[in-house]
Amino acid sequence: MTSIILRTSTRYMFPPLIVFSVYLLLRGHHFPGGGFVGGLFAGSAFALYALAYSVSDARKAFRQDPRDITAGGLAIALLSGIPPLFSSHAFLTGTWWEVPLPMGGVLDVGTPLIFDVGVYFVVLGVLLTVVFALGEEE
Amino acid sequence: MTLLPSLPITIPLAGAVLCMLFRRNIRAQKGIALFTSFLILLTSLTIFASTKDGTIAVMNVGDWPAPFGITLAIDMLSSVMLLLVGLLAVGVSAYACFDLDEPRMKFGFFPLMLILLMGVNGAFVTGDLFNLYVWFEVLLTASFILLALGGERAQLAGSIKYVTLNLLSSALFLAGIGILYGMAGTLNLADLAHLVKDGARGDLLTMVAIMFMMAFGIKAGMFPLYFWLPASYPTPPAAVTALFSGLLTKVGAYSMIRMFTLVFDSDPEFLHGLILVGAGLTMLSGVLAATAQYEMRKILAVHIVSQIGYILMGLGLFTELALTGSIIYLAHVIIVKTNLFLVAGAVNRLKGTYDLKKLGGLYSERPGLSLLFIISAMSLAGVPPLSGFFAKITLIIAGIQIESWAIVVVALGVSLLTLYSMTKIWAYVFWKPAPEPLPDLDPMPKGQWFVFLLPMVGYTVISIAIGVFAGPVFDYASEAAAQLMNPQAYIDAVLGGV
Repeated sequence: MTSIILRTSTRYMFPPLIVFSVYLLLRGHHFPGGGFVGGLFAGSAFALYALAYSVSDARKAFRQDPRDITAGGLAIALLSGIPPLFSSHAFLTGTWWEVPLPMGGVLDVGTPLIFDVGVYFVVLGVLLTVVFALGEEE
Repeated sequence: MTLLPSLPITIPLAGAVLCMLFRRNIRAQKGIALFTSFLILLTSLTIFASTKDGTIAVMNVGDWPAPFGITLAIDMLSSVMLLLVGLLAVGVSAYACFDLDEPRMKFGFFPLMLILLMGVNGAFVTGDLFNLYVWFEVLLTASFILLALGGERAQLAGSIKYVTLNLLSSALFLAGIGILYGMAGTLNLADLAHLVKDGARGDLLTMVAIMFMMAFGIKAGMFPLYFWLPASYPTPPAAVTALFSGLLTKVGAYSMIRMFTLVFDSDPEFLHGLILVGAGLTMLSGVLAATAQYEMRKILAVHIVSQIGYILMGLGLFTELALTGSIIYLAHVIIVKTNLFLVAGAVNRLKGTYDLKKLGGLYSERPGLSLLFIISAMSLAGVPPLSGFFAKITLIIAGIQIESWAIVVVALGVSLLTLYSMTKIWAYVFWKPAPEPLPDLDPMPKGQWFVFLLPMVGYTVISIAIGVFAGPVFDYASEAAAQLMNPQAYIDAVLGGV
């Protein structure tokens, strides 16, 4: 399918979709959002790209094999459970660090965020594995 | 220990992640899978050692206190199940390293196997009903892919039946969880048991219990919901079938034992009576279906159904001795059945077929393999002094004690028919001369052949050991059964004596 309208609009839509997916990921701790929705958003951006151009173009744009991204995401999620063990809390207990910012103020960084980043990549990887596999003609 | 109860879940996950990262390197995957399996076994041994005096290892994930967060609770039944998973993981991954074809390994057999083990372990350690559902989904998703992996025609036909019926069972399970949550406002198993004991009774509870009975019954392969099992189990390669037969239906049986001793124990006359009737019919229909089969794998697969009947019989009788029998039977059948499937796989590897009519004369060619088969087969039939004998006699004595004659007669009759099926395989595959000589497809050198047989030798030794050390095994199982019959200790351990 080649549609000039879809191609042109995809070119403009693609970067905001990716940015918005990261925004959703970061927003997730206190408001609706999080790794799952964020990953779905990023995945649908690439799915849109695959529709407008072709699956092989989308694969090229994605650069990595989606299965590697899935594995990496799982690893990140798993590792996020480990820091609380050092302060003798149970596995996966939320642990927070305060990172002072150069401009003043502090940034709260915690293991739930790391876990969510892992979820983001798992969802993205699995979604794209499926979309690419279905979209490719054999 | 704040970590130990979570290790049975996290170790296979870590192994699966590593296997996925080494996707292109099959040698590395084999190494990781074997190493992870040994770690799983080691962890389960540690857990076994720390719970064998009757303590219940409890961990609240993420430090969320008991009825609110997800609790992992390991009692004696859970820890013996974990130990069996560990033994199975080591044997089956070693066998798969040898036997599985390249394309299947490339497509991700090892990560999927480890994910499956994670799901099974998760189901055994969790103390939360919704979490149990999640683990069921994890292991089912992995098993769907393992079953269809390779994409042979028979495999896909089997997978469709398997997927459809298991989705139905998941839907029932989830609906049951929803209703139960509406009634009790909690899904922590200990908290549920606590509330049910305090009075939430009546018809709705019975209905929910029956929904759970059907959901777990489909997964365990209980009458009349077992038709997916003979259709799908004999289709994938031997390593996959061995893994499935050892674990999947047993998770269903375990969950049923857990739920119907901890939560739904208020109306044993009706509910457990129903399970007992189901158990009898399961045994009978499984063994009768097996007599009509002439394919080694199919006979073994249909026999899984009748073995499930014995496990549920103990739950149906619902006495301490009967549950003791169920636990010994679970341990026995997981080891023996897995072994039989592995031996069947080895026969197929040598001769390229499972067909009883084409095979023959293996006893004169491969006496070692034949010996491994006959020991496991006799154990399954319940010939003393092997493991099956002690499991069955415990169940039968328990039946006689409460004068439940019908089930005792059925169990004894089914035992005899099991002997018939096993002798049939023995006579056709090993004893009679081959109708036309089949060439050895895979003449391995002697050393390699021995390494290939090693997992089977291990399982055979364990099966004999369960029979020889029947005393300690019985003591352990009866303590585990006592824990199940008096769930107050479990409730106190999880809720901290609330």
